Amino acid sequence: MEVRELTCVACPMGCQMTASIDNGVVVSVTGNTCPRGKKYAETECTHPVRPLTTTVKVNGGKHPVVPVKSAAPVPKEKMFECMDVLNNITVDAPIKIGDVIVDDICGTGIQIVATNID
Amino acid sequence: MLKYDLVVVGGGPAGMAAALKAKECGVEKILICERDETLGGILEQCIHTGFGLHYFGEELSGPEYAARFIEQIEQTDIDVKVNTMVLDITTNNDVIAINKDDGLMEISSTAIVLAMGCRERPRGAISIPGTRPAGVMTAGTAQRYANIQGYLAGKEVVILGSGDIGLIMARRMTLEGAKVKMVCELMPYSGGLTRNIVQCLEDFDIPLKLSHTVTQIHGDDRVEGVTISKVDSNLKPIPGTEEYVPCDTLMLSVGLLPENELSRSVGIYLDRITGGAIVDQYRETNHEGVFACGNVLHVHDLVDFVTQESQIAGEGAANYIKGKKAFSDYRIHTKGVNGVRYVVPQRICIDDSDQPVKLYFRVGQVFTNATVKVTRNGNVIYAKKKRKLAPGEMENIIIKPEDLQEFSEGDYLYIEVEG
Repeated sequence: MEVRELTCVACPMGCQMTASIDNGVVVSVTGNTCPRGKKYAETECTHPVRPLTTTVKVNGGKHPVVPVKSAAPVPKEKMFECMDVLNNITVDAPIKIGDVIVDDICGTGIQIVATNID
Repeated sequence: MLKYDLVVVGGGPAGMAAALKAKECGVEKILICERDETLGGILEQCIHTGFGLHYFGEELSGPEYAARFIEQIEQTDIDVKVNTMVLDITTNNDVIAINKDDGLMEISSTAIVLAMGCRERPRGAISIPGTRPAGVMTAGTAQRYANIQGYLAGKEVVILGSGDIGLIMARRMTLEGAKVKMVCELMPYSGGLTRNIVQCLEDFDIPLKLSHTVTQIHGDDRVEGVTISKVDSNLKPIPGTEEYVPCDTLMLSVGLLPENELSRSVGIYLDRITGGAIVDQYRETNHEGVFACGNVLHVHDLVDFVTQESQIAGEGAANYIKGKKAFSDYRIHTKGVNGVRYVVPQRICIDDSDQPVKLYFRVGQVFTNATVKVTRNGNVIYAKKKRKLAPGEMENIIIKPEDLQEFSEGDYLYIEVEG
């Protein structure tokens, strides 16, 4: 049985939680004060994910770069791999909010979408 | 001379929400003056997510949050002048503004909403000794370089101050390949949200050095390194604890100050603690017909609350313009005591309004399992238990209209923390 100390990031409360993990399965969470905390602890101990936001280069836009985000949180261990891909992409203006920049980033099945116009 | 019913100074989230609300309340001629090239304000460079959870019930990036308001403005007949700087406000609410196309403009207006936002404290405000090389900048400047202009500010970074912008930039710079060596925080606790410490520092093994500050900047043309020192309980550097840290960039995230040069020049009274105007519950300042909202009034943690507050100001301005003057000169004061650092609004007009009054406040230290109390003439009119109160998180309480009766002019409503 493995025991992990975690700080919840689900809301600004920042509850200190303890999760017990048995064979890769979270068997108990304590210290959380709401169900979101339990869910965060379970995800964090099995397959941690993070929202990814960055910029990609734009040709012919008002600015040299346009901001983008992952449509869903990406696996934490793939963040730098995703950054590598996004740093080597150039898109052409015009760009609208919600335009799909990458359809499936690094085999995660997650889209990268534009979050501003350019 | 241009003539408007309402001029809004600043086209960020505060200015846009105030203008839209005033329009909704029936104000006809509205102008927004924005000094940047687009509407949106600082949200345009805040490309991370976490905006809109309260107001829209979803997690948006800064530009997405701004876009929702920009699109609404485009659907109205609200006039917008970008690249336009407001230079002055006269005693009868004329606005003096300037831009390249129109030159110097004198704009007559019935009411004005001040929504200029805030500014980061720069190096000069904290007097770090040393040389003056390139590579010393605020976290927000580095954020603008990275997210709008496409430049990485440096490769080896030390961040002074653990405010949220500094933490967000620690992650941003790391993702872009820079080495963020450490975040130094003068206080024994961080000024940023816990979730940002976890997601922006711990995720990338960036050390957070509490009770540490930068005591020397080294380098001639470009920053070559900084000296950091531990500080004692009086926040004074402890001799002998100096450590040299090589770096090419020093990023500052050491607080925000409401940008009130304009307010000051027209004689608006400012609150010593918030740095913003002293206002009543409609966000009207002591200058009749001039309202203030958003970060120019007091620095908010969440843009959602800026939007809500600015709608109050927009409605207040609309009522003023339409002559529905619910306002009276009969006012009471609010005051934070025993752990409460400030309260906004600082005044409450006692009028025939049947609306509750929402008071926003901040505590000066961390409290756990404490009670927030509101008293008048020694009687408790409100008490609520709070699991946690922290300086980094703005709180609010709602005062019912019946609790505002039977006050005498100049009376005080005290807000305090017990426990």
